[in-house]
Amino acid sequence: MKPTTFREITGNSKGYYILLALLGLTIAAGLGSAWYMEHNGHWVTGMNNQIIWGMPHVFAVFLIVAASGALNVASMSSVFGKTSYKPLAPLSGLMAITLLTGGLMVLVLDLGRPDRLIVAMTTYNFKSIFAWNMILYNGFFLIVGVYLWTMMQRNLNKYSKTAGFFAFLWRLALTTGTGSIFGFIVARQFYDAAIMAPMFIVMSFAFGLAFFLIFLLATYQWTGREIGCYLINRLQKLLGLFVAAVLLFVVTFHLTNLYATQHHGVEDFILSGDNIYSGLFWVGYILLGTIFPLIICYAPAFRASMGWTTAAAILVIAGGLSQMYIIIIGGQAFPMDLFPGKEVSSSFYDGVIVTYSPTAPEVMLGLGGVALAFAATLFAVKILRFLPLSLADAKINPHHSVQG
Amino acid sequence: MSNEQQTHSKNKTQDNTQDNNKIDNYRRKLLGGSAALAGAAALGPGVFFTSIARAKPDAEPASSEVRWGFLIDTNKCVDNCDKCVTACNDEFNLTGFGRPETDAQWIRTVTLRDKKTGHTTKLPLMCQHCAHPPCVDVCPTGASFKRPDGIVLVDKHTCIGCRYCMIACPYKARSFVHETIENQKEYGPRGKGTVESCTLCVHRVDKGEIPACAEACPEKAILFGNMNDANSDIARRMASTASTEIRGDLRLDLGVRYQGI
Repeated sequence: MKPTTFREITGNSKGYYILLALLGLTIAAGLGSAWYMEHNGHWVTGMNNQIIWGMPHVFAVFLIVAASGALNVASMSSVFGKTSYKPLAPLSGLMAITLLTGGLMVLVLDLGRPDRLIVAMTTYNFKSIFAWNMILYNGFFLIVGVYLWTMMQRNLNKYSKTAGFFAFLWRLALTTGTGSIFGFIVARQFYDAAIMAPMFIVMSFAFGLAFFLIFLLATYQWTGREIGCYLINRLQKLLGLFVAAVLLFVVTFHLTNLYATQHHGVEDFILSGDNIYSGLFWVGYILLGTIFPLIICYAPAFRASMGWTTAAAILVIAGGLSQMYIIIIGGQAFPMDLFPGKEVSSSFYDGVIVTYSPTAPEVMLGLGGVALAFAATLFAVKILRFLPLSLADAKINPHHSVQG
Repeated sequence: MSNEQQTHSKNKTQDNTQDNNKIDNYRRKLLGGSAALAGAAALGPGVFFTSIARAKPDAEPASSEVRWGFLIDTNKCVDNCDKCVTACNDEFNLTGFGRPETDAQWIRTVTLRDKKTGHTTKLPLMCQHCAHPPCVDVCPTGASFKRPDGIVLVDKHTCIGCRYCMIACPYKARSFVHETIENQKEYGPRGKGTVESCTLCVHRVDKGEIPACAEACPEKAILFGNMNDANSDIARRMASTASTEIRGDLRLDLGVRYQGI
């Protein structure tokens, strides 16, 4: 295997600028939406006193989870010694940072008082997992930044393995913290489960790799750089493995709930209710987000296909967003069981399934975060050497010469 | 008897006299207190329903020896009555915008119907002022806090509007201010983009008065007082009659207890 040569992309084409402009417009629309929501107050959104976290949180948590997962490709080389992934490590670190930036932008701009971000950064209640997350997010930027530095500055390369190891540990803590936002909530039927933290970690593997694959494959396709079948096939199988692992956790989560009579209500609601959540679960998550990607990743007919792998990654993201919508919105829509065995009614929607209709500004803010992540990545690969000139089999496959 | 002994004896006699005087003082205070208590009791429970022991001077911090709370007798709660809700809305000017999904509700009446027997119960539900409040645990900035006397509040200056406390509250007791608020009361500041809930009328309690909802209840179904004071009306009634906490399984040690559910 020859040493990898990293080069900036030229980024002078019309297509590059059109793409960057489209992403810029989406970011602007997201920022405009945030201003509109903050200026008028949240009553102009679909959120209310029952659905407290809406579409922006679906996007924000999804992006934050994906950010830690995007680092996984780098961890595969630095922590688990899979040298084939080493040329991809800088892009992996970069996307971890950009996705987190996008997610945090959405999260912060959906606050009731985003102008008080400085309060959140300086006044901590250490019993709050939110406060811990703020430290974990900021620390993630720092540690992954250092990791990238050790990878990209030749005389610091010797430290990259150590930095990568710490980044890996930190990312595990970060996703544990994100999952625990829901896992620690004792009040609600659908949350209050320790499995949330490891489930979010596994979800991050799948979502992060999906984002990574979309960017990587599209960039290599559009820039005409070579990417070999060996690497595509490996990444395909890795995505399939992560998708299967998420399914295992989801099945375990629901089976555990189904075993306890007290949770039958919420499980019926999510799995077999006449509502959007059941549709999103079976069609969005199971069919589109799990079964189709698994077929694409493992069926020989789709082996090493760039197009199909991209399709699988897009499906995993669609399934992941469905899953996040079910957890965040569905978990709030189901009524809290304040009075077991009683039918409850009040002027504050007690005892009833509450409805939520996301509004355009909420969706635009969420999409703005996604656009920011991609725009920042697209810009960074033009000004710094994140991408290898070639990912051809000869450059990547350690057994290439043996195989001939 | 030597002079020294005489002096000692005299001092001892003086000491005894002083001790007796002290005891007499105690007796007088005790008798006086009892008489006052008896007199107040004779005047009727109305006195206790409109005021509490004493006002807390502004400079004096809230005491952990006190635990303010409500004992709510649901048997007295009358159908179609929402005077407690109206009183709270008036007290804090919680005028709605005609948008029930986003309008704030600090107290609401909840109707329960037993699925098997069909028996119905009605009760007012507000912040339960937990001793171990989940809202305080999850608040990233510490804006949600508990006073030593058990009153759970939101610091409007440090609330960032993340709404995690609303997700965590098992009683849906909190509301998010969805729009610009006008005509606020100086004792109950509110702000767009922050979270709010029942303050247990802390501005009244600190002045020695009782919360607006308890005062407004025509049936005296909401009894307010110091749960830690064994001689208080609330503590005595809690000791003599069965009462329970909503979602007691969470072991949050609530400041609001209910009879009849």
